[in-house]
Amino acid sequence: MTHSAHHVVDHLFRHESGRIVSVLSRMIGIDRLDIVEDAVQEALLKALKSWPYAGVPDNPAGWIMQTARNQAIDLLRREQTRHTKRGMVKEAIEFGGSQPIPSDDIEHDQLRMMFACCHPSIPTESQTALILKTLCGFGAAEIARAFLVPQETVSKRLVRARRRLRETYSPDELTEGGVGTDRLHPVLSALYLLFNEGYNASSGPVHIRRELCDEAMRLTSLLVNHPAGNRPETYGLRALMLFHGARLGSRTGSDGHLLLLKEQDRQQWDGRMITAGFQALERSGEGTEITRYQIEAGIAACHCSASTYEATDWKRILFLYDLLLQINPSPVIQLNRAVAVFHVNGLEAGLEVVASIRKEAKLEEYYLLHAVLGEFYSLAGRNKDAAVSYRRAMELTMVETERALLSRRLRALLN
Amino acid sequence: MSQKFLFIFRGGFYDGLSADEAQKQMGRWFAWIEKLQAAGVYHGGEPLAQGGKTLSKKGSDIVVDGPFAESKESVAGYFLVEAGSMEKAAEMAKDYPDFHLGGKVEVREVMKVEMPA
Repeated sequence: MTHSAHHVVDHLFRHESGRIVSVLSRMIGIDRLDIVEDAVQEALLKALKSWPYAGVPDNPAGWIMQTARNQAIDLLRREQTRHTKRGMVKEAIEFGGSQPIPSDDIEHDQLRMMFACCHPSIPTESQTALILKTLCGFGAAEIARAFLVPQETVSKRLVRARRRLRETYSPDELTEGGVGTDRLHPVLSALYLLFNEGYNASSGPVHIRRELCDEAMRLTSLLVNHPAGNRPETYGLRALMLFHGARLGSRTGSDGHLLLLKEQDRQQWDGRMITAGFQALERSGEGTEITRYQIEAGIAACHCSASTYEATDWKRILFLYDLLLQINPSPVIQLNRAVAVFHVNGLEAGLEVVASIRKEAKLEEYYLLHAVLGEFYSLAGRNKDAAVSYRRAMELTMVETERALLSRRLRALLN
Repeated sequence: MSQKFLFIFRGGFYDGLSADEAQKQMGRWFAWIEKLQAAGVYHGGEPLAQGGKTLSKKGSDIVVDGPFAESKESVAGYFLVEAGSMEKAAEMAKDYPDFHLGGKVEVREVMKVEMPA
């Protein structure tokens, strides 16, 4: 026992919450998620109340797990179960008693939870909210702040998601042979969404954004290291997250403003993450199927392997965007591709691409289109046209950090 | 000679805390106890479990009531500390971490038993 809080790892409560909810849900049943979450919450509060006086236990995680288990048994007992299936399960927990649960089992249970949360019949925003709540131990208020939506919205999503969860849960989902792509891909999609929420400036405070990225990466690691998720596309997602994550710290300037890719200090990019990203990228190339994750990872790899912005292999990036468009012809990807076209084929070619996107995809009101035009014009020395585009972009964006970035570009032009 | 004081903690609503907030709050309690221990003025303390019983006399009977629902007045725990005066003790009590959660501290002097001056 020690009287210092320094022995308690950052976010221990949150991570243990995720693990224990997964394990107890398997033991008691996902339809009693309410009891499981209550039990875990009680255990954490007991720790909060007693550890400062009695000291941190030698095995803090084990203490919380055991306390939560006992609390769950208590709660079930209070419901006066008899020899129903529930009763037998309860006995199983009691019998399992104080034996520590193997970490492999804990991981398996978390994966099971992940697949359950990403059932296709659960709406996608609800999937990420559910993952954050059950697997990552976030509170509803924290989720609301992360996604910039009202807390009641999050609560409603969780209620509906939990109902669906009960209806669709199948404990035998995860088999030795892995999972079909129809179940894996929604999980990848949800984790990708989660990571993007953290990565993009439209999310909440900085520290929360970093945490969302960390959680997404942690869960993707879990997935890739387990037979159920060990597929090339999962490695692709992992690589993508590592490449973006490596640059997360360098995206903001000294006073917190957003920096363009070309302004970022590449010395600050995390070399270890980039290396790990390339390892994952290589694994993602195995097999015959290619998904957006592998291609996007390939594009991110091009940026990460360039020592300067000028040294970037834009030809390769253009090739990859052409590939990506075949899978996902979204206007945003077309815009990103236009940037690559500009770098490879010059201003006129770039402008042509943007003009055609503008017409076909009706992106007139999309701030990014005007921001990209602004960049093209400014690089080509057409400052007046650039200023017009930047101003239009500023009018169209809702996001403060984006507006600040554009405003900075505008001021640089006028000086 | 220093006097002993009891800090009686009442209330403090933890139910709505997220996992991270609970951990942060725990850190604040650790910090407070460590501060008092470092100053050599902490003589012990215990957290109290919820619930409990209250005994009283009703008519000729001793009646046992409870457990009562948690309230702002429920005692959550106590510290026994040492301070030069009530004012100094009250000053020390300002570090109580649960104020923002609706908790309060009652500071009471422990009676001395020596011969009065």
